Amino acid sequence: MEDNKSVQLFIMGKAYQVPAGLTIMDAMEYAGYRFVRGAGCRSGFCGACATVYRKAGEYRLEFALACQEMVEDGMYLTQLPFTPAPRSEYALETLDPRENVLLQYYPEVARCVSCNTCTKSCPQDIEVMDYIQAALRGDVAKTAELSFDCIQCGLCTMRCPADIKHYHVAQLARRLYGRYQSPVPEHLTDRLEEIAAGTFDGEIEEMMAMSLDDLKRRYAKRTIEEGSE
Amino acid sequence: MKGIAYFPGCSLKDTAKDFETSARAVMEALGLPLVELERWNCCGTVYSLAADDLMHQLASMRDLIRTQEMGEPEVVAACAMCYNTLKRVSLRVNADVEARDKMNAFMNKETDYEGSIEVRHLLEILRDRIGWERVSERVTQPLDGLAVAPYYGCTLVRPREAGIDDPDAPTVMRDLIEALGATAVPFPFATECCGSYQVVDRRDLVIERSDRVVRSARRAHAQVIVTSCPLCQHNLEQAQQELGGETIPVLYFTQLVAAAFGVEAGELPAAITARPAAAGETGRGN
Repeated sequence: MEDNKSVQLFIMGKAYQVPAGLTIMDAMEYAGYRFVRGAGCRSGFCGACATVYRKAGEYRLEFALACQEMVEDGMYLTQLPFTPAPRSEYALETLDPRENVLLQYYPEVARCVSCNTCTKSCPQDIEVMDYIQAALRGDVAKTAELSFDCIQCGLCTMRCPADIKHYHVAQLARRLYGRYQSPVPEHLTDRLEEIAAGTFDGEIEEMMAMSLDDLKRRYAKRTIEEGSE
Repeated sequence: MKGIAYFPGCSLKDTAKDFETSARAVMEALGLPLVELERWNCCGTVYSLAADDLMHQLASMRDLIRTQEMGEPEVVAACAMCYNTLKRVSLRVNADVEARDKMNAFMNKETDYEGSIEVRHLLEILRDRIGWERVSERVTQPLDGLAVAPYYGCTLVRPREAGIDDPDAPTVMRDLIEALGATAVPFPFATECCGSYQVVDRRDLVIERSDRVVRSARRAHAQVIVTSCPLCQHNLEQAQQELGGETIPVLYFTQLVAAAFGVEAGELPAAITARPAAAGETGRGN
């Protein structure tokens, strides 16, 4: 980290000097902004801090999560803390994934011209266009698989010239996949039955009664797999 | 690569699965299997006629790039609409360097299209690469006595520069039908438009047009209509369902070939399975 240097940053057009080595989010706070929206987990998982920027001398618009991207000298940026994209109403348990449900609930998917702008705007490096194309041909499993890392920041949806609401399409695909297509996890079913039958009640009660230090010691000594220490 | 690079298109993965299953089975039987592009997107469905509307040609050009990335010189489509769109975009971007450069520049940071991929229709491959003689040799269940109307519609033969046959008097499906032992029935509406995508908001118009095509084939005593387009298939079926009365099955040409080859490719209509000539075939051939 070059902590003795500073960089110039333009936040919504206004120049600020901030220390180098900060994330965009930290730099904005350093500059005096206080987040009431557009910040969440601060760890790159929640997708709340979508940010668009241009680097000095570059024509291309770039996309990032403010909590993950480091500031650079001459960066010109703003946050997009919200994407106006209402989700379609559906009752998952009434849907039939053999029909092209994705296209029924999000018909604008058929407007895709394969420009790939969505993919280029994804801070998660997801092949967004490819999953929209999979959705177009009714391939729920592929849409779910390709979109798995989506954190719903909304940047694809803000950029799409066809007005597709990509992340909602992907979410429906993953829900359909989870409910109707993924293999049933037998160990989970078994464990839920064990819990319902009260198999672990004694252990839980014992732990609830322990002091914090005893609990920490017990956690450190826990058996992770049968046969291991 | 053993086989030929293949672009399925969205319909063949969704509403026209019979088309894909039978196309794959038939080409496998002929020793030239269809090898699906590793990545592909919708062709764009229709070719944009505005010369400067390059945005709507991007989709097809991307599929040409996917073919190029696999190191293949050509790509084959079975769906006539996909074929038409891909073909016309290929004609444009293979010849028009300025348009190609502009599209490549738009897609910055991605693989450039070099302008050399040839687009083919599956019927062309059967006619020109395999040949009718070899198709005939592979027949185990000749479709003797079956009257088949070859319905071309528009996208297989028009415009002339993109078509695979004479736009006014095409013969490719007639020759295929005869190679399978069936009888090709000429009918005056073989190259009339079914109404195509107008079905989305001019349904009545499409039902009327499609009905004319079906009645024309029926008057020629056809027992089956064959097509190479999922949208034509849909429209001709819809018209019959909506108007009621006696119906005539509308099949993909590959389903007819699969039936004659005796290869498993999904359900076939009674017009084929229960025809008098088929009764004595049990136990024969495959």
